[in-house]
Amino acid sequence: MIAQLSIATGFLLILIGLYGALIQRNILRMIVAFTVADTGVNIVIVAVGFMAGRTAPILDAAVPVADAAARIIDPLPQALVLTAIVIGLGTTALMLAYAFKLYEKRRTLDIDKFTDLRG
Amino acid sequence: MVKRFLALLLLAGLGGIFASLLAGYIPDAELNLTARYYADHAAGDLGAANIVTAIIVTYRGLDTLGEVTVLFLAASIVGLVLTHRQKHDPRPGQPARTRAPVGELLTTGTRFLVPLILLLGVYVFMNGHLTPGGGFQGGAIIASGILLLLLADPLKHFSHGLISAVESLAGLFYILLGLVGLVLAGGFLDNRILPAGELGALISAGAIPLIYSLIGLKVGAEFSSMLASLSETEEL
Repeated sequence: MIAQLSIATGFLLILIGLYGALIQRNILRMIVAFTVADTGVNIVIVAVGFMAGRTAPILDAAVPVADAAARIIDPLPQALVLTAIVIGLGTTALMLAYAFKLYEKRRTLDIDKFTDLRG
Repeated sequence: MVKRFLALLLLAGLGGIFASLLAGYIPDAELNLTARYYADHAAGDLGAANIVTAIIVTYRGLDTLGEVTVLFLAASIVGLVLTHRQKHDPRPGQPARTRAPVGELLTTGTRFLVPLILLLGVYVFMNGHLTPGGGFQGGAIIASGILLLLLADPLKHFSHGLISAVESLAGLFYILLGLVGLVLAGGFLDNRILPAGELGALISAGAIPLIYSLIGLKVGAEFSSMLASLSETEEL
């Protein structure tokens, strides 16, 4: 049940983020919306690795090596999400840098004012 | 209005896909084959207590190298895109930019907290093979210390030379350790170039603490350079 709830939360965050990215006209708000969607994706991936009644994939006194496979949750999604979070931060920083450049050039952050590619 | 309607239509479709995925989702009762292999072999083969770390640093070390490269690329592009402004910064001879003081609380708090934050960051990446945490988290904590410094003094200039020296040296040694693994152990980034040691000890798990510390320094330096570049866009 917890897994389903977390996955539903993640899906909801993805939808909210995409809605924001499509509807907002301000570039900064679009970047924030993208990070919300990013968080949603991460929550979904971590939740898929969740298994009820098990513990974190760290071996110690509570989780002996011998029956680790029966006691821990799936470590792989966690490793993937760790990667995804860091890359997400990198892309957010990049988006912010480009947003700054656009603002410097046009003195506006309104996406509707950038019409160079309009045919 | 049409745009908003289309966006909502698109999201409704996506929501439908998500709903059907969720309805058909059955949580695993057992670990899948890959996860089971990692659970059974991480301690015996690599000596790492934290299985997530074993996956990131050794089993999928090449992916992590790629990830660090992506991050490096992002940091370089942020630097490249924003350098233009640095040329126009007033040189020491010209009147310096001034700003309202940030307040006693923040300055004193920064002086007290930054060393502790840096210490916590180092602790987190040194213990990556034992506790939740590791290079990426530790690097992010170190960068948060730098962020606090920037908040306390927004016009502070960090030495980009120092940051890039730390960054390049950490990257270089990371690759070198990987290559040593090619010669002395099973392959590129194999951690068994050093003895596995006792499970759960600080000095154990072969080269994992070393590699993760290098990753921590590299990630910390990359995040710090991004923060420094972004902060130099102050006062547009």
